Amino acid sequence: MLTLQCPYCGVQAEETELHAGGEAHLKRFGPGASDEDFEAYLFMRENPKGVHFERWRHVNGCGKWFHAARCTMTLEVFGTYSAQTSEPPQSIRAAISAKRPGWQWKDFA
Amino acid sequence: MSDAVSALDGATYDGLVRLEDLGLRGMITLRGDLASVALKNAATGVAGVDMPAQRRANTVGERGLLWMSPDELLVLVPHAEADQATRTMQATLAGTHFLTENLSDARAMLRITGTPTAVREVMAKLTPVDLSPDAFGPGDVRRTRLAQVAAAFWMPDHNTFCIICFRSVASYVFDLLKAAAAPGSAVGYFDQS
Repeated sequence: MLTLQCPYCGVQAEETELHAGGEAHLKRFGPGASDEDFEAYLFMRENPKGVHFERWRHVNGCGKWFHAARCTMTLEVFGTYSAQTSEPPQSIRAAISAKRPGWQWKDFA
Repeated sequence: MSDAVSALDGATYDGLVRLEDLGLRGMITLRGDLASVALKNAATGVAGVDMPAQRRANTVGERGLLWMSPDELLVLVPHAEADQATRTMQATLAGTHFLTENLSDARAMLRITGTPTAVREVMAKLTPVDLSPDAFGPGDVRRTRLAQVAAAFWMPDHNTFCIICFRSVASYVFDLLKAAAAPGSAVGYFDQS
């Protein structure tokens, strides 16, 4: 069972109170983008064994979207953070580095 | 003007706890910057209770304020006053960024009363929330789910849970609570702690 702390209301929300929103930190390629970029934006997703960044919504609760960093292998949660950012904050990166030295996820490390 | 009736029309059930429909209640959603003085004044002005802190509820009788999310309050007033209270808040907040709507007839409010351990146990059968006395107590409010539907509840005191759900699922929630409170279904989990 996955338990994430909603960074907005502070509730320890269990998985059934949440709705998964897929991969985090996608860069949108819209009108005018190349076919390759648009295809990658629409379809290409990370599928890591280990550190992963996701979007979640506290749907049966305050209703806010937020980000979570967790390990897909152990379900360990490294932290949750605001949705209003395009990259993980330093505190989250440090928390991951403490547990998984040398981790990398897309352009983040 | 038609006569308003609540979804369950005052239904009651006595089992491990007493379950009752609270009938018509005024419920007004108020969204905006909860830190703003104008919004606090508008909410406390019509509700007549203090502004609640995060995840807290302040209620006195049929009046109260529930903290629903970082930008949302639920204002409780007697049903007959709800329209006027909504207009009062709209007038008070005119010109600022806010949203308020009278949702009284879209919602249902239920209550269970009984011994402190029994009411916790009945709720704990239906919701994923940690209801141990250390984690949730009088004055706390939580928006979550009861079985398959969204609901919010708070504890006015140790013996009571008040539950708000959508009117359309009121009979489902009533039946859920009825089953959870059926005689002979006591687990006694909170009696041990």
